Amino acid sequence: MVKGTGHAAFSGIAIGRAYVYRKQQNELPISCGDPAIEQNKFNEAVKTAHQQLQALFEKTKEELGEEQAMILDVQMMMLDDLDYLESVEQMIQDGSSAAQAAQDSGDTFSTAFAAMDDAYMKARAVDLKDVSQRIVQILCGNQQGTIIEEPGILVAEDLTPSETVQLPKDKILAFVTRQGSANSHTAILARIMNIPSLVQTDIQLNDELDGKLMIVDGFNGTYYLEPDEDTLEQMQQKEKEAAKERVQLEAFRGKPSITRTGHKIKLFANIGNPEDAQAVLEGDAEGIGLMRSEFLYLGRTSFPTEQELFDAYHSVVEKMDGRQVVIRTLDIGADKKVDYFGLQPEENPALGYRGIRICLEQDEIFRPQMRAIYRAAAYGNVCVMFPMITSVWEVRQIKAFCAKIQEELKAEGLPCGNAQLGIMIETPAAALISDQLAEEVDFFSVGTNDLTQYTLAVDRQNAQLDKFYDPHHPALLRLLKIIAANAHKAGIWAGICGELGADTTLTEDFIRMGFDELSVSPGRILELRKKVCESEATPNERISVCNHR
Amino acid sequence: MKEFQYVITDELGMHARPAGQLVKVASSQPCDVKLSANGQTVDGKRIIGVMRLAAKQGQTLTVTCEGQGEEEAAAVIEEFLKNNL
Repeated sequence: MVKGTGHAAFSGIAIGRAYVYRKQQNELPISCGDPAIEQNKFNEAVKTAHQQLQALFEKTKEELGEEQAMILDVQMMMLDDLDYLESVEQMIQDGSSAAQAAQDSGDTFSTAFAAMDDAYMKARAVDLKDVSQRIVQILCGNQQGTIIEEPGILVAEDLTPSETVQLPKDKILAFVTRQGSANSHTAILARIMNIPSLVQTDIQLNDELDGKLMIVDGFNGTYYLEPDEDTLEQMQQKEKEAAKERVQLEAFRGKPSITRTGHKIKLFANIGNPEDAQAVLEGDAEGIGLMRSEFLYLGRTSFPTEQELFDAYHSVVEKMDGRQVVIRTLDIGADKKVDYFGLQPEENPALGYRGIRICLEQDEIFRPQMRAIYRAAAYGNVCVMFPMITSVWEVRQIKAFCAKIQEELKAEGLPCGNAQLGIMIETPAAALISDQLAEEVDFFSVGTNDLTQYTLAVDRQNAQLDKFYDPHHPALLRLLKIIAANAHKAGIWAGICGELGADTTLTEDFIRMGFDELSVSPGRILELRKKVCESEATPNERISVCNHR
Repeated sequence: MKEFQYVITDELGMHARPAGQLVKVASSQPCDVKLSANGQTVDGKRIIGVMRLAAKQGQTLTVTCEGQGEEEAAAVIEEFLKNNL
C-alpha cells in the first residue's frame, strides 16, 4: 500500500481503479508522402481496432450483459461504415497521414451528431470520437489519449479547461493531479461534478499506475494506492458516514432559504455546461446564478454558430422552467485559450485581452452570442451579465449594443425576450466605482476568484502562491461590503458567484452585508441552505470587516 | 424496384441497437437498400447514415430495395422492422 497527500479540492470518498491521463499530442504524424502506404497503415489499424473492440465486447457482455455490450458492436460497425472509410480515404489521397485522416473524419462525423436535435443521438458523437481515437492511438503506438472503460479515478499531471471538456465525465469518480491549485479549473470542475479531488499531490505518474485500486479521501487530502484490507474497510465506513450526512441534508430539500430572523436569500447554482442543468435540479438550487459560456467555445476548432449557442442556452432555460438563469457572456482569454480565436500570446494574460474586452472589440464574436441569449430569453427568465468590467463606458457601450440586437431580432421577426442586464464585479476598479455602475445595470454578481486575484495581486493558477491567495483578506471583505451597499443604494440586487459564496464560515457575513443571492456549485446548495436556515443574521447589522480574522 | 413504408412503433425510435441490427440485415442483401425519413435518404448499409436519420416513434420510414433479390430483401427487412422497431 502507498499512502500520499495533496490539497483537497472537494470532499468525499472515492474508491476505484486509477487511470493515468495522457496528454494528446498536439501534432499527429504527417504523411510519409505516399497515400498508398498511409492507406495501408490505416487498414491495418482498423483490423487491430476490430480485434480490440471484439475482445472488449466479449468481456463487457460477460460482465454487464448484452445490452451494455451492444454499443461496442455499433462501434465496430462504425469502423466498417463506408461514409467514414470514404472520408478517410479521400483525406489520405489529399495528403493527410493515416492518423490525421482518422481523427479529422471522426471529428467531422462526431460534430454532425453533436449538432442533432435528439439527446440520444447527440450522445453518439462520443462513440464516433472513441472509435477514431482508438485508431489514432493504434497508429501512434498507444502513446496518447486515455480510454476509461469503467468508472475510475483520473490521475494527471494537470488538466487544462479544454482537456476537461473532452473527458467522459460520467466515468470519473475523482481527480488526482500533481499540479493545479485549489482554484485551478480541475478543482472548479470537481466541485461542479461533486466528486472528491486532490490537487498538488506527490503521486508518481507512470504506466504501472494504470488499473491499480485507489482510494481518494477528499476530507483530509489523502490517497491510497493498492490499499490493504483494513484501510479499504475503514474508507468504506467513512464513505458510508458521508452518505449518511448527505441523507441528513436532504431534510433541507425543497425548503425555502430563510434565516431564523425571517430574512430570505436566493441560493443559486453555477454551471459550465448545458448538461449541468440536471445537476442544478438535483442539487435543489433555486435558479442558476452563473452559466459560463466559455465551455461552448472550448474543445472545438471553430466558432459555435448562433444556432448552436441558442440551442445550448435554450435547453438550459427550458430545463429550468421559469427559474432565473443568469448567463455570463464569453470569458475567454487569460488561462482559457482557444486556438481558433487567433489571440496573440501575452506576457500577462490575466491582465490581457480577455472577457468583455474581446467582445467589445470584436462584434462578430459578441453578436451571435447576444442574439442567441435574447432569443433564448423568449422562453424563460433570463439575465445576462458581462465579465471583466472596469469602466462605466464599457457598460454603456454594451447596453447600446444589446438594444441594437433586440431591434434587429424584432425586425427579423424572431422571438426575442427581455433580459436583466448585470455585470460581474471582479476587478477592484469595478468594486470602487460600484456606485456609478449600479446606476447603469439591473444587478451585480461578484466573481470572488478574480476579485481576490486582482486585489491581492496573486496569480490563482500558480500553486506556489496558494498561501498568499486569501479570500478572507480584509481588503476583499471591505470591497464586498462596498459592493453590496452601493447596489442597494441604487435599488438593484447583488449576488456572489465565486467560490467564496460556498464558504459557510462567511455565509452570515454575506447576509449581514446584504447580499441577496449566493451562487455555488450545485452540490453545495443543501449544505448552504442548512447554514442559512440555522442562522440568526439579518442584513445591515454593523460588522467590523477590519477585524475579521 | 420494391418500396414499402413502415411506421416506427418502438418508443425509443431508431436508437443504436436496432439501427445496428437493421444495417446488418440490409448489408446481407445483394440489392441496394435505401432508407428515407424526415426528408432524408440514406444508404441502409451504412450505420452512421442510418443513425443520423434519427427516426422517432410515429415517424414513417420508407424502404426502397433495388436490384438483384429486391423482392426478398424487402420482405426480410419488413419482417425485421415489425419485430424490432
